[in-house]
Amino acid sequence: MFSIPFLWTISTALKSSAEYAKDPGRLIPANPDFSNFAKAWTALPFPTFVMNTVFITVICTIAQVITGSLVAYGFSRFTFKWRNFLFFTMLATMMLPGQVTQIPVFLVWRKLHAIDTFFPLIVPAFFGGGAFNIFLLRQFFLTIPRELDEAAMIDGASFIRIWWRILLPLSGPAIASVALFSFLGHWDAFEGPLIYLNSPEKYTVSIGLRMFQDTFGTNFEQVMAASLVHILPTILLFFFAQRYFLKGIALSGMGGK
Amino acid sequence: MVKKRSRKRLIDRQEFWGFLFICPWLIGFLIFTVGPMLSSLVLSLYKYDLANSKFVGLENYRRLLTQDPLFWKSLKNTALYALLTVPLGVLGSLAIAILLNQPIKGVRLYRTLFYLPSMVPAVASALVWQWVFNADSGILNQGLGFLGLPNIEWLQNEKYTLFAFVLMSLWGIGGQRMIIFLAGLQGIPESYYEAARLDGAGTWTQFRHITLPCLSPVMFFNLVLGLVGAFQVFTSAYIMTSGGPNNASLFYSLYIFRNAFEYFKLGKASAMAWILFAILLTFTLIQFAMSKRWVHYEGEAK
Repeated sequence: MFSIPFLWTISTALKSSAEYAKDPGRLIPANPDFSNFAKAWTALPFPTFVMNTVFITVICTIAQVITGSLVAYGFSRFTFKWRNFLFFTMLATMMLPGQVTQIPVFLVWRKLHAIDTFFPLIVPAFFGGGAFNIFLLRQFFLTIPRELDEAAMIDGASFIRIWWRILLPLSGPAIASVALFSFLGHWDAFEGPLIYLNSPEKYTVSIGLRMFQDTFGTNFEQVMAASLVHILPTILLFFFAQRYFLKGIALSGMGGK
Repeated sequence: MVKKRSRKRLIDRQEFWGFLFICPWLIGFLIFTVGPMLSSLVLSLYKYDLANSKFVGLENYRRLLTQDPLFWKSLKNTALYALLTVPLGVLGSLAIAILLNQPIKGVRLYRTLFYLPSMVPAVASALVWQWVFNADSGILNQGLGFLGLPNIEWLQNEKYTLFAFVLMSLWGIGGQRMIIFLAGLQGIPESYYEAARLDGAGTWTQFRHITLPCLSPVMFFNLVLGLVGAFQVFTSAYIMTSGGPNNASLFYSLYIFRNAFEYFKLGKASAMAWILFAILLTFTLIQFAMSKRWVHYEGEAK
């Protein structure tokens, strides 16, 4: 049932305009027509869009993984005043509706003349990467025995060393999950780019798709083709990362209270 | 003397480094969360359109509540949407998680298939569903036609639009929420079930008295976040219907967006954001209060 929209999307994308007009209900196209992809690809500067999206997504993912794990390290391995209070506050931010912070943040960026640049979309990722990710990583770190830390400390390792050499390598599944979520979140992003990007050459794929819909909306077969291009990386990524991913969630999940 | 000094230094080191490591989040929190929250509260007391600003006190709030029918309409739409999609979504995710918890052959493949829809980028998903709902050539109506039922103008008829969105949201029930339920299910000790079976408990009884209570923290988590998420519906409405027809799918966050970035009524939009926050906070607190009654945490003395 869930696959149905998918299959239809693919089948529509492969139909020529004529065939679609004649027989939209048919699942397997009689004459598969791959030209829709080419048409969609060239109608709008999709290559640029993809590059922009890749740029933003990759930087943000790396930033989120690194800063997120640093913050999670702090929350899991150290005791300091207000630690629990701050941790719960961080969790509480997950319940915040985005709208309460949206407008002032926009105004600040405007003051900094950063509208229509990538900064507003990238900078937030360097600040810990989101409560959910920090939570995931922290739960995971808690499952790594402290003895390893202590052994390293006796050998004179600094905290950063411990983080880099011990915790990170052992956190494969958790980091893969965070990286995956992060990638998806940024690849997928719509409202952010919508608000901050004005020049077409800076658009991301999601905005580009929207533009496509505006101009070519009635050519469903091309719209489907374009959408598939947007979806493809996420599916590919999922297949490859699947093992880590499901394990990562389950491990960090409700097991740690 | 020496012991005391080095212990103190160790504690200081911990505190210092602990804070240092969480600094990225802490600073980000202050800059991107606390600051903006306070300033949007202040902003809501002004009339601001990027050029002029005028202090108007609670005027924005007053106007919203008494003179703006779209405010109420968007709130009603969003509330109705949330009322449908949250229970259905949570129960649906639970059902799928239970299904996928069975040791059947190829369960991994099924998990992938069910999870896949939630991975589709929002924009692409909206476009695909817009086509699915198409009154003439969309597959939903094709399917209805097949069953002998009349065509429904899902996105053009204001009576059906909301249901279309709810339906679309259910496509993603195999997603993150489901995985979290799955993790919760896998955390329930098999020994509970065995003991129950020894006592002669049937499947339904086992479900009611073991599965549900053990899952209640997870359920609570999903309900709270689900509600908050449902109130933030934006992308799908923006793309599929632009809030129509006749504002039937004008969701609250879409209306905020319009006021802020299309009409440039930033004070009014900020007021709307804070009203949303107040509503969600109230609901969340209510949920927390009620949770004492029905959420059962492992490790409590029976």
